[in-house]
Amino acid sequence: MTDLQPLIDKFALTTSEFRDNRRVVVASDKLLALLETLKNSHGFSMLVDITCVDYLEYEGAADRFGVVYCLLSMATGERLIVKTFINDPNPTLPTVTTMWRGADWMEREVYDMFGITFTGHPDLRRILMPDEFSAFPLRKDYPLKGRGERHNFPVITRSES
Amino acid sequence: MPLTAANTMPPDAPDQEYHWTLNFGPQHPATHTTLRLVLTLDGERVINAVPHIGYLHSGFEKLAEHLDFNQYVTIVDRMNYLSPLANEISWHHAVEKLLNIELTPRCKYLRTILAEMMRLHDHLLNCGTSALDLGAFTAFLYFFEQRELIYNIVEYASGQRFHTSYTRVGGVMFDVNTEWVNQVRSFTKQFRKTHDEVHKLLTRNRIFIDRTKGIGVLTKEDAINFSCTGPIARASGVVRDLRKDEPYLAYPDLDFKVICSQGGDCYARYLVRMQEMIESIQIIEQAIENIPGGPVNVDVGSKVVLPSKPAVYRSIEGLIQHFEVNMPNRGYEVPHDEIYAATESPNGELGFYIVGQDSTRAYRARTRPPSYIHFSVFPHLIRGHQLSDVVAVLGSLNIIAAELDR
Repeated sequence: MTDLQPLIDKFALTTSEFRDNRRVVVASDKLLALLETLKNSHGFSMLVDITCVDYLEYEGAADRFGVVYCLLSMATGERLIVKTFINDPNPTLPTVTTMWRGADWMEREVYDMFGITFTGHPDLRRILMPDEFSAFPLRKDYPLKGRGERHNFPVITRSES
Repeated sequence: MPLTAANTMPPDAPDQEYHWTLNFGPQHPATHTTLRLVLTLDGERVINAVPHIGYLHSGFEKLAEHLDFNQYVTIVDRMNYLSPLANEISWHHAVEKLLNIELTPRCKYLRTILAEMMRLHDHLLNCGTSALDLGAFTAFLYFFEQRELIYNIVEYASGQRFHTSYTRVGGVMFDVNTEWVNQVRSFTKQFRKTHDEVHKLLTRNRIFIDRTKGIGVLTKEDAINFSCTGPIARASGVVRDLRKDEPYLAYPDLDFKVICSQGGDCYARYLVRMQEMIESIQIIEQAIENIPGGPVNVDVGSKVVLPSKPAVYRSIEGLIQHFEVNMPNRGYEVPHDEIYAATESPNGELGFYIVGQDSTRAYRARTRPPSYIHFSVFPHLIRGHQLSDVVAVLGSLNIIAAELDR
């Protein structure tokens, strides 16, 4: 187990454990520095996943969006989950594509589904939803049935195509 | 929908007039599913490739927030439909970790056998179709015959050939019987013969080697940097297999090897998959002979598992239990917490990040789909190769668009 105590003091982290998951929560302005330290000095060389949770209707939650980075140490097989909270309006985080090239599509999906902007991302476009789509479908204030986008979809005729 | 023209040129490339753009897909026999690539070509050399995905996006993760843990298994099935049971096992692995349920020994062995069956299922089709795309039709047919046998075995256990929806929280839908065990035994006995035949057809085939060796090379550093897992990472020399590194189900009891290669090219990925099939058969042989007796589901009294259908229809306790699990404000005691749990699916690490709330539905259930992560590597792998290598690289990555888009 990596000793995280120096990092906890330096970055003011909150730690918690649940089953076999070890988690740290960091302020969003210190996120990039923490991930860099974890990658370069603590051996967490692989970024397994980036995801986001919209805590709008979650009981006891103080912040709107929680962005989750699952890290893995290739040397020891140890996992660490780094979490940070951001809020409306204009939820923004720095990109980590400079450290992990695999983060490219993961950040694009988080942007597509939750509308979180990653500053410095080389190609931040929608990935799963069509470009015309204006909402962010995995946000909790977006209904399961949608808001009629399917009916107002632009149709291209054969002559225009 | 009008498509915006993505800039397919690398930023530092000079604007050469003779470069031309080719649309590969969305409907193309070699994509096998619906995905689109915009290729920039210099003659027949691929300068850049820009994948456009999302054609099959159907909001699985949004649906997960509206279906309970047992209902969502029918959706999970449809992600990687070449190995549906592997997805179910992964989903319920994560749910059971969240709910802190310890499975019975029989269920662990049964799920292990089925998970390895699915690994065979996936690798058989992948090795077959990657050869098919390169012009070798026979290997595909030989392997598909074996897939039919696996369909039969899965059908006998679950009643479904394709989207089985077999696992449940705390167990499986029905227990298996001796006849099923015999079916698995006779399957494993004859499998190696077909495997050997395809091995002879492809592995030292001059044309196959010319088309795959040195194509789409992924180095070990890049594999880690691009978050690759599973056979693709192992073919690049990354020694990582969740079955060994984070043992789950019955894997700690069983003897098997982690197959790795150092080539990192399409040929290495093919070899890793072929050898993994032999390891899977060995795992199945060990597990089927040692499958413990006893109940397959956890104790009904624990109020986490659905009772059997005869118990629901014929006894008042069973009926009450059925409603206890299914009714809102009843059912599982779900902790107000979050968990990430992953299993080694045939394609790589298939993980679920579940946020629990005081309800039998997940507040958020994120899938970490291996296809999605692997497809983002594709432009990196194909740059500089010929147009005909696109199908070789696509085939070796095993992209399942339903899992890609969810």
